Amino acid sequence: MTIVHEVRDEPAHDVPERRITVTVNGTRKVIECEPRLLLSHLLRQGLRLTGTHMGCDTTNCGACTVLVDGTPVKSCTMLAVQADGHEVTTVEGLATASELHPVQEGFREEHGLQCGFCTPGMMLASKALLDRNPDPSEEDVRWALSGNLCRCTGYQNIVKSVLWAAAKLRSEREDQ
Amino acid sequence: MTKALDEVKIGGIGASRKRVEDSRFIRGKGRYTDDIVLPGMLHMEILRSPMAHARIKSIDTSKAWEIPGVHLVLTGEMAATRNLAWMPTLSYDTQAVLATDKVRFQGQEVACVVADDPYIAKDACDAIDVEYEPLPVVVNPEQALDEDAPVIRDDKAGQDGNVIYHWEVGDKTGTDRAFERADRISKLRLHYPRSHPSPIECCASVADYDRATQKLTVYMTTQAPHIVRAAVAMIAELPEHMIRIVSPDIGGGFGNKVPVYPGYVCSILCSILLERPVKWIEDKSGNLISTGFARDMYLDSELALREDGKILGVRIHADADHGAFFADAQPSKFKIGLLHSAFACYDIPAAHLTARGVYTNKAPGGVAYRCSFRVTEAMFFQERMVHQAAKDLGIDPAEFRRRNFVRADQFPYRTPFGFLVDSGQPEKCLDVGLKAIGYEDFLKQKEEARKRGRLLGIGISTMTEPLGAGNSREYDILGIKMFDSAELRVHLTGKALLRVGTKSQGQGHETTWAQIVSHELGIPAEDVTVEEGDTDTAPFGMGTYASRSTPVGGAAISMVSRKIRAKARKLAAHLLEVSEEDIEWELGRFYVRGVPDRGVTIQECAMAAYSNMPDGMEPGLENHAYYDPPNLTWPFAVYIVTVEVDPESGVWDVLNLVAVDDCGVRINPMIVEGQIMGGLTEAYAMSNMQFITFDEEGNCVGSNYMDYLLPTAWETPGFELHSEVVTPSPHHPIGAKGIGECAAVGGPAAFVNAVMDALDGTGVRNIDMPLLPDRVWQALQTGQDVSGVPPVRTDD
Repeated sequence: MTIVHEVRDEPAHDVPERRITVTVNGTRKVIECEPRLLLSHLLRQGLRLTGTHMGCDTTNCGACTVLVDGTPVKSCTMLAVQADGHEVTTVEGLATASELHPVQEGFREEHGLQCGFCTPGMMLASKALLDRNPDPSEEDVRWALSGNLCRCTGYQNIVKSVLWAAAKLRSEREDQ
Repeated sequence: MTKALDEVKIGGIGASRKRVEDSRFIRGKGRYTDDIVLPGMLHMEILRSPMAHARIKSIDTSKAWEIPGVHLVLTGEMAATRNLAWMPTLSYDTQAVLATDKVRFQGQEVACVVADDPYIAKDACDAIDVEYEPLPVVVNPEQALDEDAPVIRDDKAGQDGNVIYHWEVGDKTGTDRAFERADRISKLRLHYPRSHPSPIECCASVADYDRATQKLTVYMTTQAPHIVRAAVAMIAELPEHMIRIVSPDIGGGFGNKVPVYPGYVCSILCSILLERPVKWIEDKSGNLISTGFARDMYLDSELALREDGKILGVRIHADADHGAFFADAQPSKFKIGLLHSAFACYDIPAAHLTARGVYTNKAPGGVAYRCSFRVTEAMFFQERMVHQAAKDLGIDPAEFRRRNFVRADQFPYRTPFGFLVDSGQPEKCLDVGLKAIGYEDFLKQKEEARKRGRLLGIGISTMTEPLGAGNSREYDILGIKMFDSAELRVHLTGKALLRVGTKSQGQGHETTWAQIVSHELGIPAEDVTVEEGDTDTAPFGMGTYASRSTPVGGAAISMVSRKIRAKARKLAAHLLEVSEEDIEWELGRFYVRGVPDRGVTIQECAMAAYSNMPDGMEPGLENHAYYDPPNLTWPFAVYIVTVEVDPESGVWDVLNLVAVDDCGVRINPMIVEGQIMGGLTEAYAMSNMQFITFDEEGNCVGSNYMDYLLPTAWETPGFELHSEVVTPSPHHPIGAKGIGECAAVGGPAAFVNAVMDALDGTGVRNIDMPLLPDRVWQALQTGQDVSGVPPVRTDD
């Protein structure tokens, strides 16, 4: 995928385009886009990675959370050009071809999702937490997810899901 | 020897089956409306009014048209040429699609632009020049009823004020008599603030009109696709069979996605005009300031009390602020929803309710936000009044409730407002709740803490609510009766396809609906595919809101499964070469009476339906059912909350929360608990932070998530859930009752009662929700009630 914009019937208006290189879920992408293009739109429309959802456009709800170099970022208020030279992980990059990430399993096992709209952002924020803190307390989880809104679950099962994933990751490490 | 299957093992009723839909959601493979991309698709943006009440003097779109990539700039004037500047609402009113004469609330749709991409469409919206002439603004019922108030709906012939309706129910004479006999009268004036359901996903549609086939396909965020199809057929005057409404995955609904909004209609009109697919994705501000608000009701209420704690009568007057258009989605017979379900769990001899609806310069409000048509207001007012009456009489609030409950042996119980409550055990629910919270111990702790200047409080809310609209005698929307439907095809290998007229927005229908089939037929749940939301394939249904899916749609699934079983029985008789009367059923198989080893499975019957049917039998194994419920279902619940209020700051923290829900038979206990926890969180939000208000100029204060506060994982308390009390609905095929909304309905009063209990002895009788720290602090300082009514003044 090297071209972001769709082919149009008429030539588009004359806006400057920037060429950027972003590694998305492990694959390097060379992208030409308008400087004002949001990272979330690049992922959703340009790269058709529609697992990154847009909820509020103002960095409040966290549905659009992705990892940039491992750090959770709300992609609705980051410009695509700011991701130039960086690594982006989206929900589509969580699982391998054959197995789910423990965070994904945890959300399913503990009924940590209902409508599923906040879930990708929640899971990425959770993964970032577990990457830096393999044994979080309930309070740690609640604080780490406090930038992500969920309207369905009441969070209790989300917290359980993350703790489930933490336990699984720890036991996997012990087995190694 | 029985060979019946183990129901829980095959994923039947009672199995906490993991959700089918999660498999795609956790991979980011859900398919929401914004994920749909069609060839040649264009993008629409809406220009909204910055003013709450103003005459439109002119709209100049010339600069917008000049922007490269713009395909269409649509105004109300242009829509009027297609008879689409206005549309009917679901409450027999009209609503502007695009404003022509004047704007009536901030955020109202004035024009829209269709362009190659949403960025260009937004640029073009900015280039539209609208000249407004400001008019006086009305932001609450008091102003609306002032005789000098401007008439907001001057478009309506004969509308000379701002009153929409007067409505009453109950026995006025009997109630007056009860008040004459009363030892004491307890009064309360309450406001349930305006709120917004605010699903994280905003509204969206992709309209695709194909000129070649003349078919209109609309992918959209709707909880009720068939109602939309009917509405579009009427509004756009298209033949119904040429309209296909598809509701894909929905990112939360909570009642917000029931009405038909101007944005949907505009995208449809633009697609018809341009003959190309047009996508509209609402932004959060647009969603918060223009789509279905909830609540915004004022209540003056009185309870006639006997000294021993018996409630003799209830008098209620409600004023509802509906905003600029009366656009509630609710049964047509009931102007203020089911507000008169208040007090249904108490045995009260006489009751009378009057209600008045008014127009204001605010977005159309009154949607059933996670509730069965205004029952949230009903139960909040009820439980606040009950709490206060107990305090006025000096009776313990738990004991006061006990003295007034409908006893378990009184069901079915006819309320003074005319509802028939099907079944329940309110006292047992209360007992479980009090024990779980440690009621007596807490009261002692509270006294001890008081001596050291700490303010602890405990709040109870007990309720039942009418869920599952409804029987066709009383419940309809725009004349369409509120039944629901299911269609079941059993394939020849015994796998099945189930299509239902409901529409999940996170409730997990794909999982639970299969469990009902499993319960009725013994087909493992994993062998049943569930489909909803596509009007070309799903049977006609009224959709999912007001907790009606399990009571109505779920019942239809039972009934269609039983029709399938009846035919399978004939096939079994044929295969076993006995008469049908000699056939017995156990889960998953038929056998010959007295010879349990001689049997055939439901799968073998299915194969026979396609390969070995008896002479004269129509081949195949499929059927459908339309279910018209005989009554609503009445779940009971008790919510008990303990809090500590900081007297220095007015901040209050939840110490413990116990929820006892009796929703009859639980199909999937895991999912039921998930629903309850979601509802409790909304209840906490309502009582603590979540509200939308307006300044004197009608500016919406709460138009984004920085101003409209929703609880995060950090402040949301933990919950303790109890499921010990089970009263199956006597009329529902599997004994289930609605549950998705109980906690949101009954919960808020428990939090408020707890804070009010902590303020015992201060003289404060009421603080209007939300109980923001500054309100609580003000009450503590002054010993006066704090009302949320006056509009907020905005500093310049």
